[in-house]
Amino acid sequence: MAATQIRNFNLNFGPQHPSAHGVLRMVLEMDGEVITRADPHIGLLHRGTEKLIEHKNYIQALPYFDRLDYVSPQNQEHAFALAVEKLLGLEVPPRGQYIRVLYAELGRVLNHIFTVCAYAMDTGAMTPMLWMFEDRETIMEFCERASGARMHMNYFRPGGVSHDLPPELLDDIGAWADTFPKMIDDVETLLTENRIFKQRTVDIGVITDDQCFDWGFTGPNLRAAGVPWDLRKSQPYDAYAKMDFDIVIAKHGDCYDRYLVRIQEMRQSLRIIKQCIADMPGGRCKSDDRKISPPSRAEMKNSMEALIHHFKLYTEGYHVPAGETYTAVEAPKGEFGVYLVSDGSNKPYRCKIRAPGFAHLQAMDLLSNGHMLADVVANIGSLDIVFGEIDR
Amino acid sequence: MDLALKDLGDYIADQMPKDITGATVRLDELTLTAKAESIAKILAFLRDDVNCRFKQLVDVCGVDYPERLPRFDVVYNLLSLTNNNRVRIKVETDEDTPVPTVTGVFSSADWWEREAWDMFGISFSGHPDLRRILTDYGFDGHPLRKDFPLTGYVEVRYDDEKKRVVYEPVKLTQEFRSFDFLSPWEGVQAVLPGDEKADNADEDNDAAGAEGDA
Repeated sequence: MAATQIRNFNLNFGPQHPSAHGVLRMVLEMDGEVITRADPHIGLLHRGTEKLIEHKNYIQALPYFDRLDYVSPQNQEHAFALAVEKLLGLEVPPRGQYIRVLYAELGRVLNHIFTVCAYAMDTGAMTPMLWMFEDRETIMEFCERASGARMHMNYFRPGGVSHDLPPELLDDIGAWADTFPKMIDDVETLLTENRIFKQRTVDIGVITDDQCFDWGFTGPNLRAAGVPWDLRKSQPYDAYAKMDFDIVIAKHGDCYDRYLVRIQEMRQSLRIIKQCIADMPGGRCKSDDRKISPPSRAEMKNSMEALIHHFKLYTEGYHVPAGETYTAVEAPKGEFGVYLVSDGSNKPYRCKIRAPGFAHLQAMDLLSNGHMLADVVANIGSLDIVFGEIDR
Repeated sequence: MDLALKDLGDYIADQMPKDITGATVRLDELTLTAKAESIAKILAFLRDDVNCRFKQLVDVCGVDYPERLPRFDVVYNLLSLTNNNRVRIKVETDEDTPVPTVTGVFSSADWWEREAWDMFGISFSGHPDLRRILTDYGFDGHPLRKDFPLTGYVEVRYDDEKKRVVYEPVKLTQEFRSFDFLSPWEGVQAVLPGDEKADNADEDNDAAGAEGDA
């Protein structure tokens, strides 16, 4: 046999690759078609969110959180609102808590629809995207009816939500929640037992639970490795302690299991949504602390005091007592944390955003090593990467 | 909750009295302050000790206090899934003193340390690959330092003649406005010009009074 010169390839994957889920650039070292090293280059969507937040007051800082993980904006807002409430020592009235849990779960469904469908598309299935995005649009309409914005809701506030839900919206969400399981079933008939889909995903990108801890995995990716850990259960915030739902886990920690966990989590989210609608308490939807939550417009027309409060809140904002907190929520992608340092002024002194995708993407080298080029795409899709939150 | 965390903090401080300088519980959160040179040892202890089991490093970040010496905090947030609690470890450093890397203890620290280097210029000794991570290739400066302006120093645009993206010094059509909202009635700590005389006058009077008594 003639001796042949074997040369390793360096392949530049992205940043304009449709399977890169945004702007991921990866430098792949390849031996033939086998990956020997994957080096993700991130930061192409870096907008300096943390720096900007340091120059905005607390009310102005909130919309930046919508723009982090733009696939499920509600959950990020939730983390920031909880962090500020913790520093302020603020109580949220029950109705505010329930509305926030309701929308956080709608956000989770939004996210999982996107992830599952985009993942199916990455591995060669077109139809799920076409089917399920109709429901995604329906949920966005619910967001629009509550807040006026389809995606970037800016609806959760420290102390509750910005305003109450319009009448009949809860009934409509309830009606949708009854029809949506049928759609999940339909998509599952396309994917779950699909031979091509399973060949692309089963035993690809396997990660064990110990590796998950080492690499800081959280959320569905951790649960897919068999660790029953969910912040909604273990460290419940808002009304989650009153909700009845199960933690979904899978056993193998491969791409297929990560997909299965997300599908089942959508069903669990629907359970929570239905409980929220059934048990929705009355009363105020935001704190009645007038130094924190702005008065209604009608009140401003009649009350001088309300007018002054409104003016002060929307120019100066409120001052948050000095202190620091790390507050985390179970965002659809994993543990989304806000490390907030306040110096007693009306602006955050430091606001570090702990994005789950950042830790997940870091493990790309571990997951892809020894796999084929096409499996890199399967891995990226299964990790649920969104660059808004990774690059910040 | 508070008491259990306090006990845990005391326990950890007792185990490593030379390395841990303080343990406080505020807002149901345990914060340890430690010496920078022993951070890897502390994290390894917290991960492996049977009473701690902080198996996940959830976050590493820097905080800048320019008026303090040394100016940076490096903050490590850990999570224990077994005991369902969190701990925060803070170490202090400055621009020139590197902090030992903890990538040997938690692989996930890799990118967070790169980010702290990129954003604050905090260096980590022994890090396998301390490159910039979030900013542009060839970026200059450390944007999250408090003395770095919000607008940055350069802006980019596509130059149609040169057929490439060019960097230029940032030009603002309107001056950047930053309002000081500290109320003159509450927040001011600085002594107004002339006020120091009033204090001194009091002291002088007291002194004079004391002498008079004697």
